[in-house]
Amino acid sequence: MALRPAQRKRTDKEDPLAESEVTLEALHPRELRHHFDTPEQQLESSLLGMWIFLLTEVMFFGGMFGGYTVYRNLYPDAFASTSQYMNVTLGGINTAVLICSSLTMAMAVHSAQLGKNRAIILFLLLTLFLGCVFLGIKYVEYHEKWVDHHIPGPHFQYADARYFHQAQILFFLYFAMTGLHALHMIVGAGLIIALIIMAARHRFSAEWYTPVEMIGLYWHFVDIIWIFLFPLLYLIGHTK
Amino acid sequence: MNITFEQPKIKESPNYLNIRYGWRSWLLTTDHKRIALLYLFSITAFFMIGGAFAVGMRLNLTSPNGLLFSPETYNKLFTMHGIIMIFFFLIPSIPAVLGNFLIPLMIGARDLAFPRINLLSWYLYIIGGIVAVAAVASGGVDTGWTFYAPFSTTYSNTHVIMTAVAVFVAGFSSILTGLNFIVTIHKMRAPGMTWFRLPLFVWSHYATSIIQVLGTPVVAITIVLLGLERLFHAGIFDPKLGGDPILFQHLFWFYSHPAVYIMILPGMGVISELVTCFSHKTVFGYGFVAFSSVAIAVLSFLVWGHHLFVSGQSMYAGLIFSLLSFMVAVPSAIKVFNWTATMYRGSISYDTPMLYAFGFIGLFTIGGLTGLFLATVAIDVHVTDTYFVVAHFHYTMVGGMVMAYLGGIHFWFPKITGRMYPEGWARFAALVVFVGFNLTFFPQFILGYLGMPRRYATYAPEFQSLNVLSSAGASILGVGYLIPMIYLAWAWNRGPRAPANPWGAKGLEWEKSPSPPPTFNFDEMPVVTENAYNYGAAPGATEAHG
Repeated sequence: MALRPAQRKRTDKEDPLAESEVTLEALHPRELRHHFDTPEQQLESSLLGMWIFLLTEVMFFGGMFGGYTVYRNLYPDAFASTSQYMNVTLGGINTAVLICSSLTMAMAVHSAQLGKNRAIILFLLLTLFLGCVFLGIKYVEYHEKWVDHHIPGPHFQYADARYFHQAQILFFLYFAMTGLHALHMIVGAGLIIALIIMAARHRFSAEWYTPVEMIGLYWHFVDIIWIFLFPLLYLIGHTK
Repeated sequence: MNITFEQPKIKESPNYLNIRYGWRSWLLTTDHKRIALLYLFSITAFFMIGGAFAVGMRLNLTSPNGLLFSPETYNKLFTMHGIIMIFFFLIPSIPAVLGNFLIPLMIGARDLAFPRINLLSWYLYIIGGIVAVAAVASGGVDTGWTFYAPFSTTYSNTHVIMTAVAVFVAGFSSILTGLNFIVTIHKMRAPGMTWFRLPLFVWSHYATSIIQVLGTPVVAITIVLLGLERLFHAGIFDPKLGGDPILFQHLFWFYSHPAVYIMILPGMGVISELVTCFSHKTVFGYGFVAFSSVAIAVLSFLVWGHHLFVSGQSMYAGLIFSLLSFMVAVPSAIKVFNWTATMYRGSISYDTPMLYAFGFIGLFTIGGLTGLFLATVAIDVHVTDTYFVVAHFHYTMVGGMVMAYLGGIHFWFPKITGRMYPEGWARFAALVVFVGFNLTFFPQFILGYLGMPRRYATYAPEFQSLNVLSSAGASILGVGYLIPMIYLAWAWNRGPRAPANPWGAKGLEWEKSPSPPPTFNFDEMPVVTENAYNYGAAPGATEAHG
């Protein structure tokens, strides 16, 4: 029978908390924390928590998408004008890279479900590599903007004098949105490295692979944000 | 009500307080009850800091030309008062202290779903608080707690960015608390604890958490944009550079109006518990009270535009926001009616928590009804940015939330500490708080209606007598807050031992867990077999229904 810590009789002679921790080690699966009854309850809690966290992320980016919508309606011509300075080729390649990384991440989660530890490490390494390719290309793009004086601030320059102020706001939004996205990519890369270390230490099994699944969700979310950013920032005005 | 006290035992049974000692056992704890106490002491500290700014303001306002401070200093006083009280006292107050302590106990769980995230959220709160205090110490900030652009981004030469960082970090503390509560309420309920057996305190915290999770990220990104704009001056909120300052107000109030429901909904949950317990009667219309919390959470996201009636928002938007603001009053009114109906033919005892509940119901009703004045576009144009607004939200926030907080602290004090507080002093303090509060803020309704603007260091001489009255009331209110701090600290060490259920209250935390509870909350994990507030018929009362 599975004794839970709270059900044990207590005596005043010993430290009951220490005693209950011993019980946990003996009777609970290693990854089941003391306050959960079953592994299913723990998994469901973790996943629900992750989904709610992603919801907060939607609202976090949503504030900027709201700002984008307002300014795009205020200054449609300036938007069309700035989008010619966006490097659609690099942005397109990056979109493809991220979609591929979503695939490899999904494969990593699938391998975890099957308990294939080497495959988890392989697919996570691939995902990490693709993430780094994305960030590298993003760096090249930012560098272009730096050379062209398209960074908002005192050194900002814009060829079309009519749109100087509007374009600065749009580049501000561009850097804020893609920069925050890139920051999420960097955090994600760190999390993937942590997963690889855990996998190398054989922490995951077909019964317990919650971190892989949760960080997988996070990674897909960051990809989806880019799927929205790419057409909104790069492709506007290119139909002319 | 007669309370029988147990004789002090020779040796206490192990509980969450005496199981471990030393600073590590507190600062590294993952026990939700200990984290609740960490919050209790830290928010009390911030309440005193925020209160000190209020003292400065009320002193200054005793003279039409400002008694003590320059207008610049006065601007910083009201700004820091608002920021500290809102982000570091009101928003965490009931959720992070009482919610943290009670939700697992009320639903029959051993802890919150994510104990380490719970501790992390306290550390984020403390880091945010330290940055805020550092901003104060290095000269303060003068933008008002609303950070309106472009003053905050371009013209203010105070510590806007440091304060913004403080609010940003504290915001993530709030998000994580809300996330933890939602998952806990969904996944950690004891066997038999169905959704409609949950105490109403839990329902109101669920609604609060939804707002925290959905609203706070928006103010976080708004603050990021504000900080970037202040650094780079790209013009996103600056009309001189083609930006739209109204956009900032929309983004800010999209969070900050729902945030006032973060501040009041947990208070409503406390009042539901107090009214049923001290009326010894089941709550009138459980489903209505429960769903009114959810309705408030949903509607709260649709009313932010009533802060922009005179900001240049379109007239039609103003009309719609006015209508929606009226609608959010409906679920709030349902709660007030249902508490009143719960008391009807109840066997009411006038213990201290119930006195605070009476105070809450009366003062919140005044605060809520004056909110309807402000939701009416034409009246709002007359009283916008006057002391009428100040009085309105202090009636809800201080008359409402702080009353509920104090009532809740008294009600659950025996559970938290295992001790009873001195009832006579407590009733006296409740009375002092009520009198002091009304003396402070009722004159401000009149001042505002007569046209005294808020956030001004000086005012026309004819307003002086009412301002002096308000300042006198504030000093009484301050004493009213100091008395409980003294006797509660005394009672924590010296008060008579409390039995497990001194009030004869219903609920797992009273009926199934000793005072104070053990680390894992229950000696035997509870199974729930009855609805909440199953008090039965009050003695001497004949139930109207069969």
